[in-house]
Amino acid sequence: MIEIRFHGRGGQGAVTAARLLAEAAFLEGKHAQAFPFFGAERRGAPVLAFARIDDKQIRVRTQIYDPDYVVVLDPLLPEVVDVASGIKQGGIIVLNSKKSMKFPHAQTAFVDATSIAMETLGVPITNTAMLGAFAKATGLVTLESLIEVIKRYFSSKLAEKNISAIKAAYEQTRAAA
Amino acid sequence: MKKFITGNDAAAIGAKLARVKVISAYPITPQTTIVEKLSEFVANGELDAEYMKVESEHSALSACIGAAATGVRTFTATSSQGLMLMSEIMFVASGLRLPIVMTNVNRSLSAPLNIWCDQQDSIAVRDSGWIQLYCENNQEIIDSTIQAFRIAEETLLPVMVCFDGYILSHTTEPVDIPEQDEVDKFLPPYKYPYSLDPEHPVTIGAVGVPDFYEEFRYMLQKAMLESRGKILEVGQAFNKQFGREHGLIECYRSDDAEVLLLTMGSLSGSVKEVVDEYRGHGERVGLVKVRTFRPFLAKELAEALSNAKAVAVLEKNFSPGSTGALFSDLSGAFANAKKSPLLLNFICGLGGRDVSVIQIREAAKAAMEAAKTGEVKEAVRWLGLRETMVGLRP
Repeated sequence: MIEIRFHGRGGQGAVTAARLLAEAAFLEGKHAQAFPFFGAERRGAPVLAFARIDDKQIRVRTQIYDPDYVVVLDPLLPEVVDVASGIKQGGIIVLNSKKSMKFPHAQTAFVDATSIAMETLGVPITNTAMLGAFAKATGLVTLESLIEVIKRYFSSKLAEKNISAIKAAYEQTRAAA
Repeated sequence: MKKFITGNDAAAIGAKLARVKVISAYPITPQTTIVEKLSEFVANGELDAEYMKVESEHSALSACIGAAATGVRTFTATSSQGLMLMSEIMFVASGLRLPIVMTNVNRSLSAPLNIWCDQQDSIAVRDSGWIQLYCENNQEIIDSTIQAFRIAEETLLPVMVCFDGYILSHTTEPVDIPEQDEVDKFLPPYKYPYSLDPEHPVTIGAVGVPDFYEEFRYMLQKAMLESRGKILEVGQAFNKQFGREHGLIECYRSDDAEVLLLTMGSLSGSVKEVVDEYRGHGERVGLVKVRTFRPFLAKELAEALSNAKAVAVLEKNFSPGSTGALFSDLSGAFANAKKSPLLLNFICGLGGRDVSVIQIREAAKAAMEAAKTGEVKEAVRWLGLRETMVGLRP
């Protein structure tokens, strides 16, 4: 079973990101589960969301403490939240960041998702761009299934913009040296 | 067809597939998106039903009673404080033997103010004469919702379908959605035998003087006890048609188990993982999941548990000054038994606290220790409690 934890701020779409990722895996024939961290959500506050992906039915319902992958939607969050908490040895942290960052035990991939979101969507909602980055960094889901989910989830005009965000982030994501 | 949906959507789609005719609900906190979704179905013509938006949960269930008495299929949904406000009318619904179906999204009660998951709300109305079904996952939500109407209509008892707030209500996962024509076969149009009809007047809600009241209460008890057979039958009929069985209880790797964990709701899934873990190490641990909490399955549970040496009951509720509700009922089930396992109670997951695998292992270990020594060190324990904060430790 693969476990993914999303870190974001209220309003950046972390909960939607988890859902879209899990649904993309579901479209690929896998079992998947997505759920928010049930906190007192408000715009700007650090939030968490989770996704699990497996080849068999997923029964466990606890929060995710030892993720395989972590996705960080906000560039400043690593300064205030321990985003690497519990990550498995060799896990990947996908960052919205202009520059690389190092974490013990984990690999890092990064992309400037805020700039991509501003260019494609006109708002700093980085969730879909970060899904493109996630697909590139982990290979866990294909770009095609992400695009398919986006088409199902958003109206056509909004879907188009988000697909641009995903594609741009997919192209620009780099592994940390 | 499999879709990727939340628990709330599963409940709403289940009610829609049941072709409910009246939905009455209070739309504001602590309401969930279930009734929002249903109001969309009604507004866009997907569901031919009367949607009554009322000013409180008390009114919502009162309206359901009026609607159900005219003989139509009736549904409402609530949660937490909303259920508390309904509670007065819940006793009326069961006393009048009206087959209303309600979804309750299990959430804690104030104070302190808390909107997160536990099962204190539905446990607080366990004596209201409603059948209570608890769901482990989103598939069980849609299946149980459809079944609930048939159970209600065949027993003339109201049914609550309960599922864990947020842990299921806001979790998206794959759900096999039954086809409408299949559901129509399973759940034919409803005919209430005593419906209000100006041509054939009947009295509903008459006084029960001391000379009669007790007999009416006994008839409710009899109906509740007999509903066990009906819940089982409906589960089997559903399985035959849809290939998924949901009975009274579910036994998971329990046959030769020395230690059994007993729980209800979404926690069952995590417990199954822990059971597999112990089995992998050769430990004889199993799970018994309570799907039907009311009527209480004293006989079935006593049978399922009697060969174990120790049983750990994990539950997201407690009765202040007593124990967890499931534990106290279970203790009663073994009252006159020749053979009883040792019983341990673990209160956990209150007000949305995550019940981790580590906590479930802690309960299993304590039960294994009891099984080995034949002694229970601590009958009731609270998992994950900060003991220094509550003065249990310095």
